Amino acid sequence: MKPSALEANNITATRGGRVLFRDLSFGVEAGKTLCIEGANGVGKTSLLRMLAGILAPVSGTIRFNDTEDAEERGKLVGWLGHQDAVKAQMTVRETLAFFARLYRGDGNVDAAIEAVGLTQLADLPGQYLSAGQRKRVALARLKLCRRPLWLMDEPLASLDAAGKTIAADLITAHCAGGGIAVIATHEPLGIACERLVL
Amino acid sequence: MSALLLRDIRLATRAGGSAMLALAFFAAVATLVPLGVGADLKLLARIAAGVLWVAAVLASLLALDRLFQADFEDGSLDLIALAPQSLETTAFAKTAAHWLTTGLPLTVLSPLLAVLFGLPEEATLALFVSLLIGTPAVSAIGAVGAGLTLSIRRGGLILPLIVLPLLAPAVIFGAGAVLEVLDGLSNGALLLLTAFSFFACVLSPFATAAALRLNLGS
Repeated sequence: MKPSALEANNITATRGGRVLFRDLSFGVEAGKTLCIEGANGVGKTSLLRMLAGILAPVSGTIRFNDTEDAEERGKLVGWLGHQDAVKAQMTVRETLAFFARLYRGDGNVDAAIEAVGLTQLADLPGQYLSAGQRKRVALARLKLCRRPLWLMDEPLASLDAAGKTIAADLITAHCAGGGIAVIATHEPLGIACERLVL
Repeated sequence: MSALLLRDIRLATRAGGSAMLALAFFAAVATLVPLGVGADLKLLARIAAGVLWVAAVLASLLALDRLFQADFEDGSLDLIALAPQSLETTAFAKTAAHWLTTGLPLTVLSPLLAVLFGLPEEATLALFVSLLIGTPAVSAIGAVGAGLTLSIRRGGLILPLIVLPLLAPAVIFGAGAVLEVLDGLSNGALLLLTAFSFFACVLSPFATAAALRLNLGS
């Protein structure tokens, strides 16, 4: 197995006292995409939060880049959650510039805005953006943060056809650079990926 | 850290932000009390410090329940938690931004409002200094409460119940420092307030970060 692989060993998750899944094990090699599929409420988001190190598994271990420490792993995670984290009072450019500084990522905010096709709206406050446009902002942020492990929760939700292509292209480019993407999704991404059905 | 500090200050001072709201609330309460009590200047000067301190604490609380909750609800807190800096640093930056947009403006406005109470000059100075030293403790202790009530729906209602009892020393010593000047006595209130504020500010980021971890991981 390659060194920077993501590995989950016998992890178990509970939610509100109910077991979501038990003794789940899987591995992802560098440069690969893993799609997590399954019915609503089966534990896809919980699994992503565990991989991010925000939520602790009830049992089992998660290893990434030879470390099992959750907080250390968190510093390598690029997170695209269900919510977009776009503030109504901040413009697209301000939002992305803030996260770029916070993550000490590459500072080219304008290039990231262009990559997701929002150049025309760069100075528009978040409150005027549609759900799909906010999702594009989240994609641009993911690109800016420059993290090796992307965890994405329904990245295609509310995106139009062009947006879906942009998302697929970003994921392909990320994995081509040796990164890993773990994606919880109901829709086919249109890219080569391994599948994990919960 | 500076990125988060600047962003929170920006959000608080923009339309719909909490900075002007807290300041207006503080000014309104401090204006209404002399109108209600009547033109007894001696009595007003006597109660000025207590009223202004309580008004300052309540005004700070107005903005407090959204300190982490707004970021929690829109997903920003997950992203901030995964950023390179520790949660302790995050807690400190957000608390500092809260003080800079509520506690500090209140303090600056207080000498003006002291005029409404006929507070003598030296006592006004004491009030200003006590607010300057004491309001950081209000933000610091409030941040712990905000972290704890983060995931509770309408946590804003529980927050004052957690925070207000803990702030009693700040109000007692803060108002005491002004009475000290008015009565020409020496009661050491300002020193006790400084010690209280210092401990609150030093310990708060750790307690707040622990509360955030608890809420994010559940």
